[in-house]
Amino acid sequence: MIRTDVATEADAKRTTKEPSFIGKRVPKLDAPDKATGLARYLDDIKLPRMLYGKILFSGRPHARIVNIDTAAAKALNGVRAVITADDIELVPFGFGSDNTALKKGTVTCVRDEVAAVAADTPQIAAEAIKLIRVTYEDLPVVASVAEALADGAPVIHEKAPNNIPFNFDYLHGDIEQGIAESDVIVEDTFNLQRVTHCCLGTSGIIAEFDATGKLTLHSLSQVPFLYTHDLSRIIGIPPQRIRVIQPPIGGGFGSKLDVHPFEPICVFLAKATQRPVRMHFTREEEFFATPTRQPMIIRLRSGAKKDGTFTFRDVKMTLDNGGRTSWGATTPWISMRTFSSLYRVPHVRQDVDVVYTNNIYACAFRGYGNPQATFTIEAQIDSLAEKIGMDPLDIRLKNAQEPGETTGQGMVLRTCGLAECLDTAARNAGWEVKHSGAQKPTHGIARGMGMASLFHVGGGAKIYRSDGCGTMLKVDDFGGVTVQTGSSEIGQGSETVIAQIVAEELGLPIANIRIINNDTALTPWDVGVHASRTTFIAGNSALRAAREARGKLLDAAAAMLKRDADEIDLADGKVVDGDTGEPLESIGKVIRGMHFGGKHELVMTTDFYEPPSKAPDKEQKGDISACYAFGTHVAEVEVDLDTGVVKVLGFSAAHDVGRVINQLGIEGQVEGGIAQGIGYALSEELKVEGGYVLNPTFTDYKLMTTQELPEIKTAFIETQDPAGPYGAKGIAEAPLVPVAAAIANAVYNATGVRITELPLTPERVLAKLQEARGDKSGETYGETCGQPHG
Amino acid sequence: MPQVLDTLDLAFEVNGDAVSVKVPPGATLLDALRDALELTGTKLGCGEGECGACSVLLDGRVVNSCLVLAAECAGAKIVTIEGLAANGKLHAIQQAFVDQGAIQCGFCTPGMIMATHALLADNPTPSEADAKRALEGNLCRCTGYRKILDAVLSLANGGVAHD
Ligand code: FES
Ligand code: FES
Repeated sequence: MIRTDVATEADAKRTTKEPSFIGKRVPKLDAPDKATGLARYLDDIKLPRMLYGKILFSGRPHARIVNIDTAAAKALNGVRAVITADDIELVPFGFGSDNTALKKGTVTCVRDEVAAVAADTPQIAAEAIKLIRVTYEDLPVVASVAEALADGAPVIHEKAPNNIPFNFDYLHGDIEQGIAESDVIVEDTFNLQRVTHCCLGTSGIIAEFDATGKLTLHSLSQVPFLYTHDLSRIIGIPPQRIRVIQPPIGGGFGSKLDVHPFEPICVFLAKATQRPVRMHFTREEEFFATPTRQPMIIRLRSGAKKDGTFTFRDVKMTLDNGGRTSWGATTPWISMRTFSSLYRVPHVRQDVDVVYTNNIYACAFRGYGNPQATFTIEAQIDSLAEKIGMDPLDIRLKNAQEPGETTGQGMVLRTCGLAECLDTAARNAGWEVKHSGAQKPTHGIARGMGMASLFHVGGGAKIYRSDGCGTMLKVDDFGGVTVQTGSSEIGQGSETVIAQIVAEELGLPIANIRIINNDTALTPWDVGVHASRTTFIAGNSALRAAREARGKLLDAAAAMLKRDADEIDLADGKVVDGDTGEPLESIGKVIRGMHFGGKHELVMTTDFYEPPSKAPDKEQKGDISACYAFGTHVAEVEVDLDTGVVKVLGFSAAHDVGRVINQLGIEGQVEGGIAQGIGYALSEELKVEGGYVLNPTFTDYKLMTTQELPEIKTAFIETQDPAGPYGAKGIAEAPLVPVAAAIANAVYNATGVRITELPLTPERVLAKLQEARGDKSGETYGETCGQPHG
Repeated sequence: MPQVLDTLDLAFEVNGDAVSVKVPPGATLLDALRDALELTGTKLGCGEGECGACSVLLDGRVVNSCLVLAAECAGAKIVTIEGLAANGKLHAIQQAFVDQGAIQCGFCTPGMIMATHALLADNPTPSEADAKRALEGNLCRCTGYRKILDAVLSLANGGVAHD
């Protein structure tokens, strides 16, 4: 039977007690191995007779392949295989079915994979790649969305003659009515840049076959079960003959949601050589040959009544999809949820064109279209507030949803801490004192404060037919527990959260819990690490499996001790009196009693948890998640009006997380999200010109360093979601979402200048300040300048 | 292409042990550690001196081992992440990183810990500004650095118990 309400009455009494592990600062289980260098990442694994794979990328944005000459590469000593598209079966894959492992005919971006080698050493592989001669005939390059949409633009893929392979349109309410009801309307065009994940560990894979043709992959996928299924088609090996083992992963953030071409390529090399093959990207390859976040041009119009009530949002966006299509092209499915449901808005329309260009292509990245959407909405909220003379905090509070509301897109907010997030983040930041509407200075240093909120799924997202996760749990004779969970650990700490839940339920120390989460041969199905779902979905599944085991233990202990099962409890490895906590028997002894006596049974349970969410209908409406996450960030900045340098001084974040499971882990998620957001706001941009990546190094692509770390205050609003494990909702993506918006609003507050492009580099900020001042002398600065809305 | 490369015979000290390795002349210290000595705790994040993941101690100074030629290290004393824990016990810095939640994906961690080691050897009571400066060259994409700095400062306040 599928139970969707996890908390039962029998648990109610227990949950009033102070928990042993839930909500505590629990260090990550994998941290000691990572701190000592023992953790074996992909490029630390060397199998006997292993070869090294390397890919030849096209290096041209748009060209026809005339000829590939591999003779010299094949002749090189130590080269064991050289393959091109002619050597493999070409099965189209990717969300647009417009990609193949190796390319035949036309290359549509500089990272298109043209040939690959396997050799005895990485050095020989690199040398062999240089010996492959490809003759190309260059084709006209479509370097931007504007060029792709121009009349007579070259067609990149035949099946999209207008270069628009997908639209994602959405409507609730009636835009005309919303316009009619508005007292003020603002309109802007926002330009959001291309950024990339920059996982510290670069991409890679090891493929090996056994003697019967079964394939084992050491893969960094964050969705191992969907991945097996997708990859199976591409390589022509049935999924049941593929095993995916995940070594520790040096960062994910959405970059590992797709099957990437290098993965089937590595399999083809292993097949050709009948030896294990490892492929591992250089940092440069990681920058230009892995997908990025979608650059977006967003034209947004929104309105409000005089009293601050939001009336409508009308958005038109274009996404630079690049030359191929990954799952990431579907980010507008998420951005539309932000446009429709971040605060209460009666009339919302989204019209999206996903546009082919000859740029490198984009994929999922933490937030999945939400940071871009939030940036635009939150900027305009400040503009609307200013026009009607309202404080930015008050206008947001006025439009914040209440628990129990259903949004225009049909999402049911059973719990909603948005108003409390707004109040808390503002209070902790000192909003009343520091957010000033005063006259802006023209030279020297200006200070300002800005806020932005977020709306995101918090209980998974029913994008696939199942959004579930399985758990298999066994308790051994000595009170050791092994939990096999479908969910993956990619650094985010899910493994520890699951151990805490199981330890809490079974009254055992965390040290007794072993989590197996990285081998599809052992673990039950899970849809993967995405949509901030793991704590909620895998946590619920682990909780239910543990509760069933707990029931078995209590029943056996009750029989053994001749007590009622509801009079006793499990704590500190013992069966204890439920009221007094007095120890009655060790749990190990009860288990051995079950095993060697009584009914002769072992404690083993399984669970598959499918959340009570619904797939969206044809209009994209419906209750897609089991719960929803909210939060508010307030940024305080300093802007040097003479140099354009923006410095984030302080950050106050409040998140509705339902319930904190691991205080240490959740703080880390928020702080890490803020850091990525600061990079997105101030410094990060992967520059692509004419289809070429210009800055594939950490020197030229600037991540936030320790020096830019502001003071951060985090607060967690515990709304106790009835569907969540112990009340918890997901967090992962949320903390990145509103950061850039809050910073841009703070810059506006400091300077009176609205900048609608990211990142806010000194050059861009200074140029906008000068433009607003009317000239380069800065003498003509007035109160109204910088206001971009007519 | 390709000639059989000459190899260099090098002797140095790693984590207190005298070792000798054969490496190609162009090999970096990172190559020597990871490939020849199988000390894979030291990470390759960029190979260009930009991320700090490969930080080790070379005669007491923290260096990006991806930029140092192995040949330059003859006779030197090198300490890597594998050289800190002793007698089955984590080094105080490692323990602080674990306890303070300074580790997520963990890929930056060995480099961060080695850079912290060098900082504390130099300045046992660093301020937050000192710690930020010392770790400026070590990138972390996961943690946002707050908990890493907390780990460093927890040692500064309590003092590093031992080395
Ligand atoms: S690997 Fe040496 S600095 Fe990045
Ligand atoms: S913990 Fe992942 S890069 Fe630092």
